[in-house]
Amino acid sequence: MRQKKPRLIVTFETTTMALKMEKKCRAVGAPGRLIPVPREITAGCGLSWLAAPEERDRLISVMRDGEVIPQEIHIL
Amino acid sequence: MIYLDSAATSLHKPPQVAQAAADAIVQLGNAGRGAHEATLSAGRVVYEVREKLSELFGVGDPMRVCMMFNATDALNTAIAGLIRPGDHVVTTEAEHNSVLRPLYRAQRQGAQLTIVPMDKRTGRVREADILAAIRPDTRAVVCAHASNVTGNVIDIETIGTYCRAHGVLFVVDAAQSAGTFAIDMQRMGISALCVPGHKGLFGPQGTGALCVAHGVHIAPLRVGGSGVHSFSHEHPTDYPTALEAGTLNTPGIAALSAGLDFILKTGITAIHAREIALARILYDGVHELDGVRVYGDWTTDRRAAIVTWSLTGWDSGEVSDILMQEYGICTRAGAHCAPLVHRAFGTGKGGLVRFSLSYFNTEEEVHAALDAVTELAQEDTTCGRKSHD
Repeated sequence: MRQKKPRLIVTFETTTMALKMEKKCRAVGAPGRLIPVPREITAGCGLSWLAAPEERDRLISVMRDGEVIPQEIHIL
Repeated sequence: MIYLDSAATSLHKPPQVAQAAADAIVQLGNAGRGAHEATLSAGRVVYEVREKLSELFGVGDPMRVCMMFNATDALNTAIAGLIRPGDHVVTTEAEHNSVLRPLYRAQRQGAQLTIVPMDKRTGRVREADILAAIRPDTRAVVCAHASNVTGNVIDIETIGTYCRAHGVLFVVDAAQSAGTFAIDMQRMGISALCVPGHKGLFGPQGTGALCVAHGVHIAPLRVGGSGVHSFSHEHPTDYPTALEAGTLNTPGIAALSAGLDFILKTGITAIHAREIALARILYDGVHELDGVRVYGDWTTDRRAAIVTWSLTGWDSGEVSDILMQEYGICTRAGAHCAPLVHRAFGTGKGGLVRFSLSYFNTEEEVHAALDAVTELAQEDTTCGRKSHD
């Protein structure tokens, strides 16, 4: 069995917003990647941003500066 | 073959446009459907096009650039999604059927329509006449930036500024101006901008966009698969998904992206300057020929590169056919889907012949067209047309 590590998951209302998140994060070197939304989360869009939980504040800052609107932010 | 029908579609495009479409067909998945690399690659391409269109048209937010299949699709979406029974709408005689028919349908459903007349000699529509037609119950002004028959351009900033100040929506048909005229939605007070991808933006047919200003809500024309909120009975309301039900034309959009790169690099000022210089050569040569009448306002270069004309005694379709068969020149004859323009000009029966120029046309091609019209004008039409052998 793979050992599960805590994950930060950011969800979005649209796939376009998720792709905007990827673009803004790549532009400033912020960590993470797009993954399918984990089944335990109900989200509008099937794409979510995966990163380590300790990156939460940095990602919130990137979203604020880049006008990326998240639906929800989860720690799983 | 000399292609002078770019107002219908741009046949000559930067070579990277076709290559981008070919690459996309074998490399890209379905944008917004899943999270694997092929779909993400497609999504990134589409997102970049939204960014480029947002930059080009001063949208201010790529999320409000909705991909459409052509300008007619965008106009139908905007008009059906904004105009309600009882609303009053202002439009003009200069419009294409892609504006008129959705408005006539809205009229049948209870909307009221005012059609502002154009000048019967120049085809110009005065901005002041459009503003004067606005009433307290006016919901929207819907009009073309540039006429597809005359090439005349109206001052959309004057209209948009007034509309914004008076709470009136402003829907712009940019079919003949996108890619050649500066359009800034935010500065010009445009509520909804309808653009084709396959004309001045050098994309392929089957592409277009509807750019929606902040605060404007357009009810979707199509609902269905969106890749999001799958268990909801309602289509998502967030842009751009709200107006993009179903699979997008991703190969077309990838190609449009290459066309936009060319425009952003070359600059619309340079593109328009070249097009209008070519159109001027044609206009200067043909408008003084006996029997030729050129339509539109040629007192300014602030116009689309369209030269539309008639030849006394000739049907426009016959002229267009001779130009193709004997000179290898592609033109558009007839009514150009703009019935009110022809009614105002009195050209509904014989139609008009339209040359429309592209950045990629050459001086040699234009002079060949000019020579052809000159020869036709010199024929004695009273005894039937002369043979060219």
